[in-house]
Amino acid sequence: MSLIGNSVPRLEDEPLLRGKGRFIDDLHMPRMLEAAFVRSPHAHALVRGIRKDAARALPGVHAVLVRADLLPHLRNEFIVVGLPSKDYKQNVNRPALVADEAVYVGQPVAMVVAENRYIAEDAAALVEVDWEPLSPAADCSAALSPGAPTAHRGSPHNLLAEFPIGYGDVDAAFASAAHVFKESFWQHRGGSHSIECRGTVAASDPNEERLTVWTSTQMAHAALRVLCDMLGRDEDSVRVVTPDVGGGFGPKLVFYAEDICVALAAIILGRPVKWIEDRLEHFVATTQERDQHWDVEVAVDGEARLLGIRGTLIHDHGAYTARGVNLPYNSAEQIAIGYELPAYRMNVQIALTNKVPVTPVRGAGHPQGVFVMERLLDRIARELDLDRAEVRRRNLVPATKMPYRTGVKNRGGMPVVLDTGDYLRCQEDALERAGWAEFGERQKNARNDGRYIGIGLANFVKGTGRGPFETVTVRIGPSGRILVYTGAAAMGQSTKTMLAQIVADQLGGDMTNVTVIAGDTGTVPTGMGGSNSRQAVLAGTSAHSAALKVREKAIRIAAHLLEAGEADLEIEGRSVHVKGVKKMAVELSKVASAVAGTAGYRLPGGVGPGLEAMESVVIDPMTYANGTAVAEVEVDIDTGGVRIVKMVFVHDCGRILHPQVVDGQLIGGVAHGIGNALFEWMRYDDQAQPLVGTLADYLLVTATEMPPVELAHHESPTPLNPLGIKGVGECGVIPIAPAVLSAVEDALKPFGARISRTPMMPSDIVALVRAFT
Amino acid sequence: MKPAPFRYHAPATLDEAIGLLDTLEDARVLAGGQSLMPMLNFRIVQPAHIVDINRVQGLSYIRREGEVLEVGAMTRQRDLEFSDVVAEAFPLLHEAVRLVGHRQTRNRGTLGGSLCQLDPSAELVTVAAAVDATIVVASKAGTREIPFADFPLGLMSPAIEANELVVSVRFPLWKRGHGFAFEEFARRHGDFAVASAAVLLEMEHGRVERGSVVVGGLDSRPQRPKVGLHGRQSSTALFDEVAAACDGLEAMSDSHVDAGYRKRVARAMVRRALERARGRVATD
Amino acid sequence: MEESRPISVEVNGIAFRREVSVRMTLADFLRHDLMLTGTHVGCEHGVCGACTVLVNGRSARSCLMLAVQADGESVTTIEGIAPSPTTLHPLQQALKDHHGLQCGFCTSGMVTTLIEFLRDCPKPTERDVRVAISGNLCRCTGYQGIIDAVLRVTSTKDE
Repeated sequence: MSLIGNSVPRLEDEPLLRGKGRFIDDLHMPRMLEAAFVRSPHAHALVRGIRKDAARALPGVHAVLVRADLLPHLRNEFIVVGLPSKDYKQNVNRPALVADEAVYVGQPVAMVVAENRYIAEDAAALVEVDWEPLSPAADCSAALSPGAPTAHRGSPHNLLAEFPIGYGDVDAAFASAAHVFKESFWQHRGGSHSIECRGTVAASDPNEERLTVWTSTQMAHAALRVLCDMLGRDEDSVRVVTPDVGGGFGPKLVFYAEDICVALAAIILGRPVKWIEDRLEHFVATTQERDQHWDVEVAVDGEARLLGIRGTLIHDHGAYTARGVNLPYNSAEQIAIGYELPAYRMNVQIALTNKVPVTPVRGAGHPQGVFVMERLLDRIARELDLDRAEVRRRNLVPATKMPYRTGVKNRGGMPVVLDTGDYLRCQEDALERAGWAEFGERQKNARNDGRYIGIGLANFVKGTGRGPFETVTVRIGPSGRILVYTGAAAMGQSTKTMLAQIVADQLGGDMTNVTVIAGDTGTVPTGMGGSNSRQAVLAGTSAHSAALKVREKAIRIAAHLLEAGEADLEIEGRSVHVKGVKKMAVELSKVASAVAGTAGYRLPGGVGPGLEAMESVVIDPMTYANGTAVAEVEVDIDTGGVRIVKMVFVHDCGRILHPQVVDGQLIGGVAHGIGNALFEWMRYDDQAQPLVGTLADYLLVTATEMPPVELAHHESPTPLNPLGIKGVGECGVIPIAPAVLSAVEDALKPFGARISRTPMMPSDIVALVRAFT
Repeated sequence: MKPAPFRYHAPATLDEAIGLLDTLEDARVLAGGQSLMPMLNFRIVQPAHIVDINRVQGLSYIRREGEVLEVGAMTRQRDLEFSDVVAEAFPLLHEAVRLVGHRQTRNRGTLGGSLCQLDPSAELVTVAAAVDATIVVASKAGTREIPFADFPLGLMSPAIEANELVVSVRFPLWKRGHGFAFEEFARRHGDFAVASAAVLLEMEHGRVERGSVVVGGLDSRPQRPKVGLHGRQSSTALFDEVAAACDGLEAMSDSHVDAGYRKRVARAMVRRALERARGRVATD
Repeated sequence: MEESRPISVEVNGIAFRREVSVRMTLADFLRHDLMLTGTHVGCEHGVCGACTVLVNGRSARSCLMLAVQADGESVTTIEGIAPSPTTLHPLQQALKDHHGLQCGFCTSGMVTTLIEFLRDCPKPTERDVRVAISGNLCRCTGYQGIIDAVLRVTSTKDE
């Protein structure tokens, strides 16, 4: 019986349930010191001087490091990471520590290393910095106006990049359209707020001149590359190890100034150094998503069929490039994915601001594109007096057209081709489950009782499995244990279980015989890590491929040892046996030992040494998952409070590997989406000072705000990988904000409410009601 | 986020605690810790001394004496929540206390601590105002009583001296069968209220014999909408009038919520609390 | 200078005597002095609940207690919940069966919170369970798996 498709017990659970996980702050080493950072309190300021004496003199303090202390140990003082793009007009790479200009509140200026974190914070408070405040670029739109203060004083302006995304003759489409509608949207997403913040521990071994860095990361190999680049070292002399990670959601794939500083401190002091980010720091020093401003027009024919969309998108990039232009690229690209759109042009402008850099949070720009499209479709429905579901029916890419080549290319220049999926069927299923057809009646009755209920719908199609590869090694050692090493990242999404499941499926089916080590650069030479809902697709495919090779070889060796035909053998549990004759068996440990090498003896069966395979299967095209969310809400018009009564989510991620894990990813994503719709707002003032700095002000969804979620799954396997799987990690987030806010707008129809922003706070909703009355 | 250094004192008796407060400069009292510890961890406050009164005997009790409920300042919110005496004699408090934070915070948080913190949205503050509670304070000079209306000096500033310690709170009780309701709107369960309303009603033949309506969350102190209830016939119109009077109250604006919105929420809370309280009146 | 005090505290049934800095939080004491790293620190301002432990059987945010306040008390952490190295508490088993954890960082606090809750409320409704964990933030699960686990445990209690 195959393990694939079953909710097998998770490898991760037992230690975590017992409190035996090993997260970054759980690492303790002899002579380890702890660090705290002095951070800029200004969004934009010059550093005229730094005085360290008082801090350095505090008992228990081992070092106070500023840029000048680090430079002798750095070949390159900047973190150069930008995903390639020909559109950058400026290179703004983050320094390890501020030189003479700080460009966001929270930017690290100095580092204190002490006996423990308490003393380090005491000393950090004693470091004196002479600041000369400068005007900040606080708002991404305003930052693009001529004469606006520049985020970096040496920059000519704040335009980091500008590019169009589109295809077709958009102006002709508009010229001939029966209807044209204009909308403007403001969208805000906030931070990741994994419950575990960031952290890094570094230890330098002077005997071997080896640096080991443990870090709560989603991309160990990328971190390795940056470390080697900045330190001027080769990959053999640096090792990055990933501990248990308490959630990532995007920002932990970034390599940060603090990480290189911790490594340098370990080198300079010759002792292990630990830095654990606290929640206050997470608000100002970890990347986040922020604001997008969209001005768009949609052209339709008399039957509500899309003819074209055009407009501009202004995106807040923050003060530095910590990832690339991918986020707004994804947002703009998303408009053309899922519905048939004959012509399209979006001018994307990316603005520098004096705020912490923006990089993807779960969804990576796709939620914003879906929000725009879904709101436009609702607008069309309202203007043409059509059912919102009907407008979508008329425009969704039909299953008969799969694979469907859209007009856009992804950031790597490859055309976006929707591989498989029946979007209409998902929508119909969701509508049925949500009682869409009957809702009008219920809504009328509720209004007679003075209650305002509403229903909203949103579809999405999302690219998953971003390539080009993930590395997986499968090895069976002489102990008989199956070892899986991978560059993939585990951050809660059951990576280890997923890989063990796929591997065990080929190698005996006993998952308790599998150990998975993820994110240790000492175990696999290449790797890409977690992002873009990619790991099941890429790592899963490589794991499957490697397991198949190991299986083939194991059977060949066993055939030789048992003197049986290969076709007569199967692997079950921890041994290989003749089908139907369990007694004729040889243990995997013996099979592996047989090719471990005995001096002077031939290897059996004409095979090479060792029982292992390393695979990095290249899959360039992305595979497209899809789904439909239908939200039912009740709005309290006196308080603006929104209660999500029910959420229906019908989803297609291709072949399902582990039903419980898929459900968990989706519902977890729904929680993020509800946060984006109604709760999460990382506010700044007009001096780019954060107004939100604690979890009391930044509202994460708790159990009482979550609605019951009805999940249903369709499976449209993809031909792009042998297992037919698509990614799922981000999908739960994507349609939620438009579905919920469409429902709120629907509930407030009597007040002529129009919602064109996310999040919507209760006070905003009351304002909508008041504007009418 | 670690506290700055401080000297720590853990008195075992009230006299010892008062003595410390009398002699120490720059000392803060540590009770439940649910408000002070975050401030210490953030280094928003960096007192030279912490006087931990958790070991002081005799400050945690719930006692009914006739028509007054006396509660020791160190009584944990959890004990209020599960007290049969409170449920029976002071149902407004019984209803409100389960909205205070979460189980974990109520296990440690105290009545005295919450009242001294005087967060504008604190449920216990609004309830104390609704019944015109009396705060009993002790110092080297003896004890004194502060009517709750005089207790808030300013935003989160109680009218007690640095050398004084709140030891108990006296809540006058309302007649058996009175109507009561605590209503609040918070962003999430357990969050501080955007606005809240506490209502108590004693009725006779459909007329309000005695009424108390207090609004919390709007300003630095709880407020009463200026509508006389005594002698009025209970009706939808009366309740609308009381609710509308919220517009005349003081309200704060901050970067997250503006005053106008707070008042609108207060209106709705008062309205709903009046309805529910009326529905609960058992003797009329 | 750091002031320190001796404390005697029982943790998971074992008595400890230690000298602690008076400003050290209970969470840091458990994690870095006793090496019981199962209790996690997520916010240090009493909101996320990841640091929840049981003090004399009652749930408390260990980031909001000083270690010195635990002198003479009995503390139970996540490490003290499972009855043996080979068996899990029924709540832990149910969380495992219902995918009630993903990254596991909030799990320790969820479990200690729920251990107390199950004692106080053996037959909860779904709403009761949601309220019970409303002071514990999870960024991974959306809470459904946790709720399913608790309802499962409380329904099988009858059998």
